[in-house]
Amino acid sequence: MTALRTSRREFLKAAAAGATLLPLPAIAQGAAGRVVVVGGGFGGATCARFIKRIDPRITVTLVEANRTFIACPFSNTVIAGLRDLKAQEFGYDKLASDQVVLQLSPGTAVDPQGRIVTLANGTQLSYDRLVLSPGIDIRWDGLPGYTEAAAERMPHAWKAGEQTLLLRRQLEAMEDGGTVVMSAPANPFRCPPGPYERASLIAYYLKTKKPKSKLIILDAKDAFSKQRLFQNAWKALYPNLEWVSLSSGGKVTSVDVGAMTLVTDFGRHKADVANVIPPQKAGRIAELAGVADRTGWCPIDPATFESKLQPNIHVIGDASIAGAMPKSAFSANAQAKICAAAVAKLLAGGKPDEPKLINTCYSLVAPDYGISIVGVYRPADGQIKEVEGSTGVSPLDAPSSTRALEATFANAWFNTITTEVFG
Amino acid sequence: MNAARIVTAAALVFPLIGDARAAGPADAPPGALACSGCHPAARSADATMPRLMGRNPADIVAAMAAFKSGQLPSTVMDRIAKGFSEDEVKAIAAWYAAQKD
Repeated sequence: MTALRTSRREFLKAAAAGATLLPLPAIAQGAAGRVVVVGGGFGGATCARFIKRIDPRITVTLVEANRTFIACPFSNTVIAGLRDLKAQEFGYDKLASDQVVLQLSPGTAVDPQGRIVTLANGTQLSYDRLVLSPGIDIRWDGLPGYTEAAAERMPHAWKAGEQTLLLRRQLEAMEDGGTVVMSAPANPFRCPPGPYERASLIAYYLKTKKPKSKLIILDAKDAFSKQRLFQNAWKALYPNLEWVSLSSGGKVTSVDVGAMTLVTDFGRHKADVANVIPPQKAGRIAELAGVADRTGWCPIDPATFESKLQPNIHVIGDASIAGAMPKSAFSANAQAKICAAAVAKLLAGGKPDEPKLINTCYSLVAPDYGISIVGVYRPADGQIKEVEGSTGVSPLDAPSSTRALEATFANAWFNTITTEVFG
Repeated sequence: MNAARIVTAAALVFPLIGDARAAGPADAPPGALACSGCHPAARSADATMPRLMGRNPADIVAAMAAFKSGQLPSTVMDRIAKGFSEDEVKAIAAWYAAQKD
């Protein structure tokens, strides 16, 4: 296996010595190729596994900063005290038994010309094709006053883990009669229905444990995913939940951590517990690789997920600009499988097929109350577009048995997808 | 028309479709790879959702038609079925039929 390079200096020396000494692509040497995947979440871990499944001769290396992956879907139930964080944790052992080479160190640089990824531990990996699935980073410059230190007082909990537990502990410590204030960002961001599922489950926690308390959602938007379904459920279940839209002055323009206050153009909202979901961008490695554009996200070819900015680099999942597809775990997993097939085909000198993709996102309004949004997608006019008539949400007038069934299916989905990715 | 009758009718129309495609994710027809986000590929996975692997393709084709028309009640499949043509569904069904455990 040739994916490990001992030193960048050696590579540069070889490059300087002349074109004949440049490392040839693995295909030209008769091998199947080397793929490096950066990011071991729903996108990256799926992609690494499927490339190996499609062509076991391809050397696949997965670069990931953490030994344990903590899943975001269902982490809102952890915040509401309905689930243990342990149920969100997954390891990479099964990927290793599938002969995916694990490099548990963050990627720190990408050289798109030399086709080399450098890791924090100094390792350098050469690739024929690179897949980036870095998820999101918080825009620490996106909301005045909201710094990394501020997030220790006002958690975002938009990456599951310690932040999730911090928000849970704050809710548990709050007196009955307290005020929880959440802020939701403008589009695009990870998990479009996520803030509203979270609001629902926090409201459920307050209703059952601290019924004199209230919850305010300050929103930088006038419309959101599954809006009528959420709002109907809130009206029926959570009278103490108030949603403030953009046009009603909901956009948070700064936070004052010392005063535990969220500031809008219309006023100041003092919180006992504040959950700030800040503006986001593609994970940092995307920027370093030169595949993120001015929006902070990554434009891609809709059939292969190859970057429109750098050849031989593919971007999947939340970091990509996937047109009509939302930034969800289901999307990342579906995109990863399409990307894996495309990468294997391109390495073999073939032409990838036109794909079709599906997304299904469940949200829990209460533990036994699930709602969903689905869509079928295909490439059209250089973007990923919805297939007409395929997209839609759960019916507005469904009986409680349907809501309970969708809650059951939500749980089943989580178990199935995490088994496909990590099991 | 109930679901069992739809399945039987479809079985007569598409008898040998299972041989139509090679197996393997590289040969998966458009849309097929997304199904396993909910329908478990592995036997060990959650059994709430039916597995598609090795299933009679006529059953899948009939179920998708019934979801699309609303004859078979569903939560999300009515919406998903509307995103696929009959030929696309046949190709997906044939591919799943050819999948081995």
